[in-house]
Amino acid sequence: MTLGAKIAVARAAGALSRRSGRGATSLPGKVLMRLAPDAIGRLAARLPHGSAVISATNGKTTTTAMVAAILEHGGERLVHNRAGANMAGGIAATLLDAARRRGAIDGDTGLFEVDEFWLDRLVPQLRPWAILLGNLFRDQLDRYGELETIADRWRAAIATVDALLVLNADDPLVADLGLVPRDPDFGVTYFGVDDDAVALPGLAHASDSTHCRRCGAPLTYDAVYLGHLGRYRCPNGDSERPAPHVRATAIALRGTRGARFELHVGDEQATVALPLPGLYNVYNALGAAALASALGAPLTQIVAGLESTQAAFGRAETVRIGGRELAILLVKNPAGANEVLRTLALDDGAVDVLAVLNDKIADGRDVSWVWDADFEVIAGRVRRVTCSGTRAAELALRLKYAGVAPERLHVVPELEDGLDAALADGEGRLVALPTYTAMLALRELLVARGAAAGSFG
Amino acid sequence: MAELEQGHAPERTLRVCALYPDLMNIYADRGNLLMLERRCSWRGIGFEVAAAGLGEGVDPDAHDLFYLGGGQDRDQRLCALDLVQAKRAALHAAADRGALVLGVCGGYQLLGHRYALGDEEIPGLGLVDLETIRSDGPRLIGNVAIEVDLDGDGTLRTLAGFENHAGRTQLGAGERPLGRVLKGHGNTGSSGAEGIRRDGVIGTYLHGPLLPKNAWFADWLIARALGLRQLAALDDAFEDAAHAEARRAAGV
Repeated sequence: MTLGAKIAVARAAGALSRRSGRGATSLPGKVLMRLAPDAIGRLAARLPHGSAVISATNGKTTTTAMVAAILEHGGERLVHNRAGANMAGGIAATLLDAARRRGAIDGDTGLFEVDEFWLDRLVPQLRPWAILLGNLFRDQLDRYGELETIADRWRAAIATVDALLVLNADDPLVADLGLVPRDPDFGVTYFGVDDDAVALPGLAHASDSTHCRRCGAPLTYDAVYLGHLGRYRCPNGDSERPAPHVRATAIALRGTRGARFELHVGDEQATVALPLPGLYNVYNALGAAALASALGAPLTQIVAGLESTQAAFGRAETVRIGGRELAILLVKNPAGANEVLRTLALDDGAVDVLAVLNDKIADGRDVSWVWDADFEVIAGRVRRVTCSGTRAAELALRLKYAGVAPERLHVVPELEDGLDAALADGEGRLVALPTYTAMLALRELLVARGAAAGSFG
Repeated sequence: MAELEQGHAPERTLRVCALYPDLMNIYADRGNLLMLERRCSWRGIGFEVAAAGLGEGVDPDAHDLFYLGGGQDRDQRLCALDLVQAKRAALHAAADRGALVLGVCGGYQLLGHRYALGDEEIPGLGLVDLETIRSDGPRLIGNVAIEVDLDGDGTLRTLAGFENHAGRTQLGAGERPLGRVLKGHGNTGSSGAEGIRRDGVIGTYLHGPLLPKNAWFADWLIARALGLRQLAALDDAFEDAAHAEARRAAGV
């Protein structure tokens, strides 16, 4: 069977699955991988402008959406796994969708977010000309294992190709990957924050990778920006935060509504009004700007792209429902949750929260991490918290021990009932904090009620 | 909830020593300390926590409960060497006088004689007779529930939590496990035994925040550490629900 025939079979399987109501985005990709294990490499090789790949623990989907907005501003036609299906099946399905007859493909550039655990298997197939690595945080230890193991896999992945590297200077484990010897034609672009006004008083208790990768000594921080991201150096002089080429200064965080900062690309500078909130999205924007810049996009195009970025699927997305404004902020690990909570604490007035904790495989079966997330920062600010999901009770307990008065806490495990209970009590803005599968289920409910647009693609 | 009036020192204080709280905390072990702190303060019991980091000595008489959590491999190695060099004698003295020592996950492994990882061997405190060998087999991961009889009077209670370990732990002939596995893997994945208990020394693979899932066990530790027969009751509606949920997750 030719690749074209195998593509036809995989597409038919996808159509069949959609008709039977199982809308798995990666199913046709999985079928194609079974029929043609080399399909990803062969289809990616058709892209006339090649591919770029993005990975990180937190912010992959949003960063990739930002890069897409920038490149599309420049007229580039993208093949992009927009819905966030980021393992082999999802990427194969994205390429399959774009494949055309006689070896053609509908698009110029491939833009792929890749699961951090799949990077070492997908990079050799996609052979990207640029790789953006954003951060490594503790996440789903039951699935991913320890951070240093992932860093070692990333090191192996980037050694398999000659590609431009775009690395977060402020993450010691990620920045260290820039020291791997490589072809000087394929340089490293670092990005980072340069604004001590947004620095934290110190490292959080949930901080990761705060030891020098070279000698093992605890790193000294001149400024901590987010989790273990910051300006650090090894006390023995074995490593230090590289000077970033793409930087943010004069950062103004505007609660859950947005952020403004000065974007520096080398000697050039421009103001960015980012429609997405929090310092974590400033980091995402810096990564996207650095990647776009490494690919030759001019600063005006970068700014225009960043300012027009729509919230990615369930990441700071806001919808109207039941006379209220519902903002969905995905939380899936302590570092990400802490940034969302810190952002939420910047909003004025009391907040109503719908917090949804699931323990399905894609969330991580282990919910221990909620005890590492700083719910304390919103404890005095919440008017009502509705807790839902398969582990609703543990989340409510976490909030009680964070200092939320028990009478403000309501446990409603069934998500739809929880949503209704949360909407019914109060007015104005309601903030949903769902884990990954809870976010998908919540969006499905909102789509069914006509409050949100359907999923991409 | 009983709040202390200002100026009145509590009659009793639970004094906790957290061993390497910045390194041995991979699964949010701080949840356990938070649980102890709040449940003491709601009852008007004082709570003090002192951290003992790398190179720091420990006063065996200054604490009622020593807590040792789990860490990444590199950190566990660092802490094991430090425990043996800087803290072994003090922890033995503390255990001998009846203080509680709670080792969780990696901390549990370090209570024993050694942890063998292929050619390498990490030393342990030797507070109890056990040793751990890293298996080439799969990691033992998942929700777990065990049945325990902490007071030796036949009253069986359940501890529910989550485990994630590559080590297989064998107890010496004279040692007793903390409990019997109802669901999950336990010490070896096949022995049916989970954890260890010898007087005040307790080790378990139920990792990270196990006390929030088992508020009754937090209270047992507080009472035992302070030599109290009974603690004032609290409104535990949320605690009971979280315990029931953790048991359901484990399938019991």
